[in-house]
Parts: sequence; C-alpha cells; structure tokens
Amino acid sequence: MMHWRDIWRKFVNYFMFSMTGLCALITVGVLFFILGYLVWNGGSSLSWAFLTHLPTPVGEPGGGMANAIVGSAKLLLLASFLGIPIGFLGGVYLAEFGGRSFPFVVRYTADLLNGVPSIVMGIFAYTIVVLPMKHFSALAGGLALGVMMIPIAVRSTEEALRTVPLMLREGALALGASKWKTIATVVVPAARKGIVTGIILDIARVAGETAPLLFTAFSNRFWSPGWNQPTASLPVMVFTYAISPYEDWHRQAWAAGLVLLTLVLVANVAAKLSVSGRSAH
Amino acid sequence: MPFIFGTLVTSALALLVAVPLGVGAAIFLSELAPPRTSNAMTFVIELLAAVPSVIYGLLGMFILVPFLRQYGEPFLKRTLGFLPLFQGPMYGVGMLAGGLVLALMVVPFIISLSREVMLAVPVEQREAALGLGATKWESTWQVVVPFARTGIMASIFLALARALGETMAVTMVIGNDPRINASLFAPGYSIAAVIANEFAEATGDLYLQALVELGLVLFALTIVINGLARIVMITTTQKGSAH
Repeated sequence: MMHWRDIWRKFVNYFMFSMTGLCALITVGVLFFILGYLVWNGGSSLSWAFLTHLPTPVGEPGGGMANAIVGSAKLLLLASFLGIPIGFLGGVYLAEFGGRSFPFVVRYTADLLNGVPSIVMGIFAYTIVVLPMKHFSALAGGLALGVMMIPIAVRSTEEALRTVPLMLREGALALGASKWKTIATVVVPAARKGIVTGIILDIARVAGETAPLLFTAFSNRFWSPGWNQPTASLPVMVFTYAISPYEDWHRQAWAAGLVLLTLVLVANVAAKLSVSGRSAH
Repeated sequence: MPFIFGTLVTSALALLVAVPLGVGAAIFLSELAPPRTSNAMTFVIELLAAVPSVIYGLLGMFILVPFLRQYGEPFLKRTLGFLPLFQGPMYGVGMLAGGLVLALMVVPFIISLSREVMLAVPVEQREAALGLGATKWESTWQVVVPFARTGIMASIFLALARALGETMAVTMVIGNDPRINASLFAPGYSIAAVIANEFAEATGDLYLQALVELGLVLFALTIVINGLARIVMITTTQKGSAH
C-alpha cells in the first residue's frame, strides 16, 4: 500500500512540473501576444503611402515615415562601417592569434562593453561628436550604434572561426601558405556563413535601439539634408509618436512599431534558421 | 536620489516577477520538455529577447497601463491595501508598470542562460538521485538546481544589469515624477529615463554635467554587476568542463 507521504511526493512532483510548464507557456505566449496585437493595431494604418510619404502635421490625415525608414537605413550603414570591420578583425585576432592572457582580457572587456546600457553609449557619442560639432547629426547616431555593434561582432566572428576544423588550417600551412594567407583564403571563407549570420543578428539588434539615438541622431520631420544633420529613425519615431497626445499619431506609432518588429524578427528568424540548417548537415 | 530610488525599485520589482517565472520556465525546458518542444520554445524565447525595447514600451503604454489602472491596481488595493506599498491614487503609469514591463524584458535572458547551465549538469547526478528513490521533481529541485545555482545566480545578475540600464520601455510607463514614494502605484523616475528625457534639451554646462554624472553612476553600477556575473559564469563553466 502506498504511504500518504508517497502520494504527497507524487502530487508535489506533478504540481511543480505543471507550474514550470505554465511559466514556459506564459513567456512563449507573450511573443505571440505582442505580434498579434501589433498586427491587429498597426496593420490597419499600414499602407503603401505610409511607407513612402513624409510625416504630415498633426491633424492632417495621411502621412508616413519614409524619412524615418531611410534614416534608419543610413544610421545602420554608418554603424556597420564602424562596427563590422573592427568587430570582424577583433574576432579574427581572438580566434587565430593571441597569447594566453591578452585574449582573455579582450573577451572579458567585450562582454562588459556588451552589457553597457545603450543610453550610456548615447552619452559617449554625444560628448565626442555632438558637443564639438554643436548640433545633432546622423554621424553621432551612427557612432553610438557602431560602438554597440563591436562586442557582438567580435564574439560571433570568433565563434564562427573556431568551428573551422584545424585540419583545414594545417593543410593550407603545409602547402606553404603564410598564416595571413591561410586565414584570408581558407579559414574565413569556410566560416563565412556563420560570420554573416552573426553580423545580421548584430545589425538587427542595433536597428531597434532607441535610447542612444534620442540625443545623437535626434529626429527630423523632413528628409535629412546630409550626413552631418539630424535624421529621423524608426525607433525614435515610434517613441515620439507614442508619447504624443494625438490619437492619429498613436495609430502611426503602432504601424511604425509593426514595420520595425517585422524587420527585426525576419532578420532573426532567417539568421537562426540558416545556422540550424548548417549544423544539421 | 529619487532617480536612483526609482531605478532600484523598478529593477527589484522586475526581478521579483522575472526570477520565479524565468527559473520555472528554464526548469521545464531543460528537465521536462521533450527536446523538440524545448528547442522550439527556446527559439521563440530567443526571438522575444530580440524584440526592440521601444516595442515593449509601446505595448506597456497602451495595454499594460490601462489594464493596471482599471483592474490590476484596484484589485491589489482591495486585497493587499493594508500595506503601504499598495496605497494611494491609481494612475496606471508608475513604478508597478515599469517593473512589470522590465520583468517581461529580462525573462528571456534568465531563461536561456539558466537553461544552458542546467543542461550542463551531468546526467549522472540526476540518475543517482533517481536511483535513490527520489521523484523527478525532488531530483530536479534538490540536485540539479543546487548544482546549477551559481550559473543561475549569474544569469539573474546579468538580467539585473539589463534592467538597470533599460531606458525606453521604462521611460514610457514609469510616469516621470522625481519624488520618492512608498506606493508602487505612484509615478517614479529612473536614471536612464531622466537622461533620455532631458539630455536633448539640456542647456548650460552644469545641467549637462549633472546628466553625464548620472550616466556615470549608471555605467559604474552596470559594469560592476556585469563584471561579477561574468566572472561567476567563467569560473562555473570551467569547473564544469574540468570534471
């Protein structure tokens, strides 16, 4: 016969595991809730005109955020120019060169840099670009985002390079290639897919950053005239429209949020699927 | 001071909600769920971590805040109203809303890191506990979780650092009122939110310097917490691989 204590233990077993399952379900449910709500709310305001027109003054119907979309693209381009080369080369160094203790320091610092709040990055870009130039600019925004990209690019490049088998390197070296030649023509091409995936994820991450842009790229209701002028961007647009008191702008914030979320999620899913497809081979 | 207070209160609140939820989900994903389900759910949870913070803020502002104002806060007031935490006028925006949004944002980090450290616990540990007659839950709670404890702590610290530095979502729901208030319903202010709101219009050197100083405080706080968490992470994973 079963002792009551065993029954109790069995009950605790099932009860606690259903609780943990519930926790998991709640968190997964949140994503679908976010997606569903955004599609439902933003979908109605989303149209071709929304993507191709400039914002209109309050009260006037229509209007879009073409300038914000282009502005986001410009900022990301600038950030990529800064973040990707440094991050990539840093990753190559960590994976292929380096002694014993220095790579550890670099890796540790990169992780710390990754944990720095994005708004602090904004202050950094503000003090070194905006203050001397005396006005907000796309350059400053690009700098802030670019610095944020470096640590992730370093780590993802390093990890991708580490998956390349040692034999490939030895083969190239045995054929008389110099170390640099080996890396450039054998190791990096072999790890290309992983590196590109990491960089796409990296771009997708900074694409959604708002805080560092508030006081670097600032915002702009028109086409930005140049690289050293304030420029609009999607996340900042979502923010300013959402905290505004106008009903019409709220709807546009939802639509812009939907565009932003779609871009970020598509980049993420594509990158992650390509990684898992590779590891299945 | 009110800024530091607001930052600490919202982060603490976020952890209070996020830790049980996150660790619970991680236990489910690493111990109970079949690998396929676990991988699919982890995939979704990692997507959740990629959602931009301004989107969380948007949802917090238009869904969570009205919900709290109409149902959540009156309910808390009725049931727990004798505590000073749950008194005062109910605006919806406030530290409670800020904490809840933050909780949602950091849960994915806690889950994916905790799941990894729990998966790293050797199978023999579980088998030994089960062999001694423990139920599955007892083996999980008394063997696997203590074994992975330091790793879980590190994931919580990383989540804390993220919560402290998070700007946009908090700015949008916290209410932006620089006063210290015992009630969680009251609007507050966090360091990051002040910087976000006032930096662009900071005129005069002193004003600017004050804001940069706040940034420094935030920077130092997160660096210290992150640094500790990373060291714990590194030492635990090395210990695990040495066995």
